Formats: sequence, C-alpha cells, structure tokens
Amino acid sequence: MSTLRALPTMLRVGLAESVAYRAEMLVWMLTMTMPLVSLALWSSIAAEAPVGRFTSEAFASYFLAALVVRQLTSSWVVWQMNMEIRSGALSRRLLKPVHPMLAYAAENVGAMPLRAAICVPLVAVAVFFAGAGASLPSSPLVWAAWLVSLVGAWAIGFAMMTLIGALAFVIESSTSVFEVWQLSFAFLSGYLLPLELFPPAVRAVTDVLPFRYMVSFPVETILGMLAPAEVARQLAIQWGFVAVMGALAVWAWRLGLRRFGAFGG
Amino acid sequence: MSRYASLLWLQLRMSLVLGAQYRLNFLVDGAVALAWTAAGLVPLSVAFAGRQSIAGWSFEEMLVVMGWFTLLRGVLDGGVHPSLTAVVEQIRLGTLDFVLLKPADAQFLVSTAKFEPWKVADVVAGMAIFAWAFARMGRAPAPLHVLGALLLLVCAVVVLYSLWILVIAAAFYVVRLDNLSYLFDSLFDFARWPVNVYRGVLRVVFTVVVPLAVMTTYPAQALLGTLRLQTAALVVAGSLAFALAARLMWSRAIARYTSASS
Repeated sequence: MSTLRALPTMLRVGLAESVAYRAEMLVWMLTMTMPLVSLALWSSIAAEAPVGRFTSEAFASYFLAALVVRQLTSSWVVWQMNMEIRSGALSRRLLKPVHPMLAYAAENVGAMPLRAAICVPLVAVAVFFAGAGASLPSSPLVWAAWLVSLVGAWAIGFAMMTLIGALAFVIESSTSVFEVWQLSFAFLSGYLLPLELFPPAVRAVTDVLPFRYMVSFPVETILGMLAPAEVARQLAIQWGFVAVMGALAVWAWRLGLRRFGAFGG
Repeated sequence: MSRYASLLWLQLRMSLVLGAQYRLNFLVDGAVALAWTAAGLVPLSVAFAGRQSIAGWSFEEMLVVMGWFTLLRGVLDGGVHPSLTAVVEQIRLGTLDFVLLKPADAQFLVSTAKFEPWKVADVVAGMAIFAWAFARMGRAPAPLHVLGALLLLVCAVVVLYSLWILVIAAAFYVVRLDNLSYLFDSLFDFARWPVNVYRGVLRVVFTVVVPLAVMTTYPAQALLGTLRLQTAALVVAGSLAFALAARLMWSRAIARYTSASS
C-alpha cells in the first residue's frame, strides 16, 4: 500500500532526473534515431525497385513506427544495475521501503514524457518529408491493442535487462552479455529490417524468441499489417513472455541479492 | 622511439599472456564472430533479391565492403576498444592519476593498455569474405591494389582511433559517457554499406563528419581497383588531419583533468 502511495513521487523523480541529465538523454535520443538512418538506407534501396512488398513509402512508415516504439519502450536499467552493484551504491536503494526493481521501473517510466515530447516533433518532421503516415488505422480497437502491446514490449525489455543486470551479482560486469543481447535484438526484433523480408527459416526462429514482440509486433499492429485475430493471438504470446521473463527476473534478483556484498558503499 | 616500441611490445605480450589464460574465449569469440558475420549477410541478400546492382554496386562488390567492415570490427574490438573504454572508467574514478605519473606519453599508455588477441577471429572472417567475393568474381585482386588497400586500412584504423580519442577527450568534460560509445557503435554498423547507397545529407555526414566511407568504402574500392588516385590522396591527408586534431583535443582535455576526490 505504501508502495502505491510512493509511486507518483517516484515517477516525478524519474522525470526530474531525465531533465537534469539532458546531455546524456540527448545522446540516448540520438542513438534511438538510428531507425532514421535505416529509413534512409532502405528507402533509397527501394527507390530503384521495391524490396518484397516494401516500397520506399512502406519502409518510411515502418521505420518511423519502429522509432516511436523504441522511444516509448526502451529502458536502460542494465547500466544502472551494473554500476550500482559494482560500486555498492545499491545498498542505499535496499534501505528504502520500496522494492528496488519497482524503483528502477518507476525511474524508467518517469523519463517517458520527455522522450515522447522530443520524439513527437522529430516524427512530425520526418512524416512531413517522407509523406508517410497515411496508413494509420482509424479503429480505436487497434489503437488500444497497440497501447497494450507497447506496455508488453517495455515489460519484456525491462525484465530481460534486470535479468542480465542481476548477473552482475555473480560476475563482475554483465555488459558483455548485454552486448550479445543487443546484437541479437537489433537483428531479430525487426529494428534493423522488417522481419517479413527475412528468409522463412530465420522467421521461424524469430517467432519463438521474445525479440519480435518488442519492436516488430507493435509496429505491425499500428501499421495495420496484421489481421485482428492475428493481433489477439500475438498479444497473448507477448504477455506470456512478459509473465515468464518477469518471473525469471524476480527470481534472479532474489538469488543475486544474497551474494551482494555492498563493496565500498 | 625505440623505448616506445619496446613498451608497445611489452603491453602486447602482457595481453597475449592474459589472453592465453582464457583459451575458451577464443572458441566463444570465434563462434560469435561467425554468427554475426553470417547474420550480417542476411540484409545484403534481402536487398539483392531480384536485382543485379544497388547504387552501382554489384553483390560481389558489396561483399568486399562487408569484408572490410568485419575485418575493421575485429581491429576495433581487439585493439582500440578494450583500452579506450577502460580510460573512461579511470577518468570517472580518478585512477587516471597512476597513468599520468608514469614517465611516458599518457595517450600512448592509455591506448595500448589492453588488447584482446582473440578478436583476430573477426579479421579472419573478413578475409574469408574477401576470398568468397573474389572467387565469385572469378579473379584475384592485383598486387598493387592490395598494397593500396593496406595503406587505406592504416588510414581507416587511424581515423577510427582518432574518433575514439575525441570521444575520450569529451569524457574529461562530461564524465559520464557510457552511452556515447554505444552511439558510436550503432553508427559504425552502417559502415556495412558503401557510402554511395546513402543520399543527401547522410552521405556528406558519413564521408566527412563520421567518415564511414574512409573506413570501409574506400578500402573496398582500392581492393577492387576502382578507387581514383585523387580520392586516395585526399583520404590519406584527411586521416592525418583527423589524427592531429585528435591529438590536439587530447592535450587540451587532459589539461583540464582534475582527478576525482579520492
């Protein structure tokens, strides 16, 4: 109950922090605009002849949607955890009467208004130049499904990051493990290239991995590339992943915390 | 000069000894390199499904670019990345003091502090892609072109290294910088494609500001024998200028270093 009361304050702290470290935030935002480079690359490739069923315009709307999805669902808790576990700063968090994972989550979510505020004009400019955006759905049901899928995408990313971050309890730094995750994510989530264009064998692999449900699925939903029944089916799969990975993250956190020695402090 | 050569040899040997302790890493790095090289070829084959050329590049020519990208990533991860990411941490913690106290040039010491010898796997993977590309074209590169490509490889490494020194110089001012290197990594990923594929502002940026063209496109053209001599000369001059600018920035930045509290 007290956690619930503390939640608004924690969200406000997250927002304040993201405003305070504007420079760092800006670099993050720049990193997140990588889909715009992909957009430029693939739309100029598609300008000569369409790739699959993707024309220049289709690529533009795909990557713009991917940009928005990434902006609204990314988290960076793995770096925080690595730093705090190694330096012992985590002990300060443990003293507070709020579960640290919840505090991390609140900080991440709290930064979202700023991210949305910066990403909206960016997308508006890009839409203006690329002429995309005509294919947005009008049905409120699709928008609702999209919002739910966004929350799911964020939750999968956050759970996976805490899972990898908890590795730092055991090994000195888990950032190298995280790099492998990042690379797999870039390739298998549809962030670098629409998954539809991949050979069938690769697509079969992406269907059973969580990556697809972090970018590709929300993007395809909002662009109306999936039939309603298909959206419902994949939404169920996505939340299945959320449940499994959330449970794993909580378990890893508990296990790891027993080993936490609070060096230095 | 010979003192620095022997220092470099010493640091290299240390890294080799350290690396030899983790022989399993060789297998892991090798497997990872293989997987990423293969994964990197997927977008290329997607782009070339049902067409002969993109922006004037054939599939085989793009393979050569991809080969340079793979090779250069090996050099970056094995020779540049490990020591220079350590510096950012040292600046934050104030342990850079110990480096500055040593009677040798600080930039030299920090840039040679650590190598990861097993990343050679990426270099080998890059070579394998060259072999495959030229086998498909049914010819071997001319010896003169290989020499030119090697010269441009040196330029590419110089530019890459200088960019990193600039990043570190920035770390003296803003301290927290983990994500700037992440930004650079994601940008570097676009060096898989020859710069001609990009249009407008982006092509200018990738040629002059973050010179991805110097890193992969021009060496690939040199190996293919399609690079104009004029461009090559410009690249050499440009990378020298880049290195000088980085050195200047480093000296200015290190003058601002005040050490951490402890």
